[in-house]
Amino acid sequence: MNKRAATRWAAIAAVSVTVGALAACAPSDDTAGEGDNVTIRWWHNATSDPLQGLWADVAAEFEAANPGVTVEVTGYQNEDLQRTLIPNALQSGDAPDVFQVWPGGEVRAQAEAGYLRDLTDDAADLIAEIGGATAPWQVDGRQYALPFSFGITGIWYNTELFAQAGIDSAPETLDDLIDANEALKAEGITPLAVGAGDLWPAGHWWYQFALNACSVETLQSAIPARDFDDPCWVEAGENLEAFLETEPFNDGFLATPAQTGADSSAGLVANGNVAMEFMGPWNSGVIGSLTADAEVPEFLSWFPFPTVAGGEGDPTVTMGGGDGFGVSADAPDIAVELLKYIHSAEVQQRFAETGAGIAAHPAAADSLEDPNLQQIADGLAGSSFVQLWLDSALGPEFGNPLNQAIVNIFGGVGTPEDVVTALKDTAAAL
Amino acid sequence: MTHHLTAGPAVSAGPAPTPAAPARRRAGTGRKWLEIALFAGPALIVFVTFVIAPVVLAGVYSLYNWNGLGPLERFIGLDNYVRALTDPLFLTAIGNNFTILIASVLIQGPLAISIALLLNRKLPGRSVIRALIFVPYVLAEVIAGLSWKLLLSPRGGVNALLEAMGLGEFTQPWLANPDIALWVMFSILTWKYLGFAILLMLAGLQGVPEELHEAAAIDGANWWQIQTRITLPLLAPTIRIWIFLSMIGSLQLFDMVWVTTKGGPVGATNTMAVYLIQYGQGQYGYGSAIAVILFVISLAVALVYQRFAMRRDLAGAVTSGVR
Repeated sequence: MNKRAATRWAAIAAVSVTVGALAACAPSDDTAGEGDNVTIRWWHNATSDPLQGLWADVAAEFEAANPGVTVEVTGYQNEDLQRTLIPNALQSGDAPDVFQVWPGGEVRAQAEAGYLRDLTDDAADLIAEIGGATAPWQVDGRQYALPFSFGITGIWYNTELFAQAGIDSAPETLDDLIDANEALKAEGITPLAVGAGDLWPAGHWWYQFALNACSVETLQSAIPARDFDDPCWVEAGENLEAFLETEPFNDGFLATPAQTGADSSAGLVANGNVAMEFMGPWNSGVIGSLTADAEVPEFLSWFPFPTVAGGEGDPTVTMGGGDGFGVSADAPDIAVELLKYIHSAEVQQRFAETGAGIAAHPAAADSLEDPNLQQIADGLAGSSFVQLWLDSALGPEFGNPLNQAIVNIFGGVGTPEDVVTALKDTAAAL
Repeated sequence: MTHHLTAGPAVSAGPAPTPAAPARRRAGTGRKWLEIALFAGPALIVFVTFVIAPVVLAGVYSLYNWNGLGPLERFIGLDNYVRALTDPLFLTAIGNNFTILIASVLIQGPLAISIALLLNRKLPGRSVIRALIFVPYVLAEVIAGLSWKLLLSPRGGVNALLEAMGLGEFTQPWLANPDIALWVMFSILTWKYLGFAILLMLAGLQGVPEELHEAAAIDGANWWQIQTRITLPLLAPTIRIWIFLSMIGSLQLFDMVWVTTKGGPVGATNTMAVYLIQYGQGQYGYGSAIAVILFVISLAVALVYQRFAMRRDLAGAVTSGVR
């Protein structure tokens, strides 16, 4: 045997051993769903109470009501869950039975790949009860997940700093907001905090200006078609640029994170350093966690984003989104029953009582006790149409290119046209 | 060809009483390969499964438009590479990697050598200084990064210190100013990794024989001549190894940037690895193309450097051409 032949044999041996080892790793047939004993795996994003405790209770109650069913419920950090754990589990064929599903582009990608169970018929009654909030989790008219919380983005503000600056009512138009900013600055108070270091909080400002510039018809047709030729998309950036010229934001906002530490945008509001922040419905929890006593400050209040003059946008259109759960295509039927229980009026009322968010089910509206969440719920009730956050609506591929192009406007190195170019380039590469 | 593979010391332990030389050779060869397979096989399998296969797979994925879900079926050739190499943000990131690489070699290197030469002399408190200089390197990247992020924020310790010293006009949102952020980042990296460079240089200095210094001193050489004519040439292998490690570290730079700025503000501190994480989300094909570009650049730099600068240090390695 010469050296070359020997090398070849060794390589063949090594490869065959590798293949054998890999084959041994392949999962054996999953027998869950057959026979009496069924285990349902449920993944959610609650890593602290009250929500983590509520989900554990819900799982235990479902086990008690369904003998032979075991529910393994686990909470993971939000981005780890959505960006790493769930995609890997789906791709490896070992998906959890019930798991958190982001609306818009993400539910579309998962449904089109055949990973999600179509709930349209199985949960028809519940879908009708929940109503309009289910729309962001629909793909081509079919329902692939159900929301348990839903809210809109608005401006969180410090009533004490507003009083100090002599502002007696919440701004209703963009000009009112600019006047309020000047009044705050005159008192030496920074008007607005934005966590542009994390990109998406700056992105939300542009999304909101796009909602004001674009008609509902444009929003509803352009986003699924990924067609950004309408001039309103450029106008959104121009309005943002004009607003940025009034210098309303905190020092160093380009490197400010959104939610971590006292120097984050939420931390600046929490500790009375900045008067306002434009942020989603979860913000009272974040702000509460960043104060010295870990309580939501009494001065915190909320108002909807002011209307912007001009543009085709309908002032009653708001921007928001929520959290929902879907069922894996391979899950046993009983998993759908668990999903229905999670989203039932009774559990949704308990969810609202915890103050963890605004329940999506209308029957839970009266159970909301937190005053800030009540204001958001009122804003939601007054909305003619809720546009899902644009990065979520467009899908994960768009998030970074879009938000980076928007932050470039914030940093003075990008133009409104660049944002539209980023959108078109990303769409072209899909 | 077969000759040097026949029974050598490795198989001499075996009782081989049979007379026929060709038969013995065959048996010996078989045993030798069995031993090689037994000893090298497990390591080879692990290496192929977890290193070679993923590299090859990344190369395959990079030719597809793939969101990580569903089957791999939309072949797009080299489009991902074209897209990456025409994205100004990615080109900025490559430029930042090379800026940090060159700055590391030109600034950290001389600094580390000077401090090592100083610490190699008999100084009061030398061991304490040596330990202190090494402290930042021992800290975890995330802890060091978060500490600097807090210190350098607009309301952070650095600005407070400047104010207290009456230097209020020099206060800055250090990591938020795109004009200086990369150099602030480089300063943090220097603070973090200089200790490692100094440690390497000190270790190298231990290998410089004292007799040479004495001989030179007797011949009338001054301290400066001794350092430039004797110490530095003898330290050269250590310096070359450090440059190599520093270059690879600069090209792969991720954790410190991710923790402090995530590549911002407006891409000023972006690096290839940070861009890979940000833009690979939901685009596994594109992310794989970035990974392959990063791999090829690192490999090319490493091979060129090994081939030309470290030829003598690594005699017998893959790239040692002239023998």
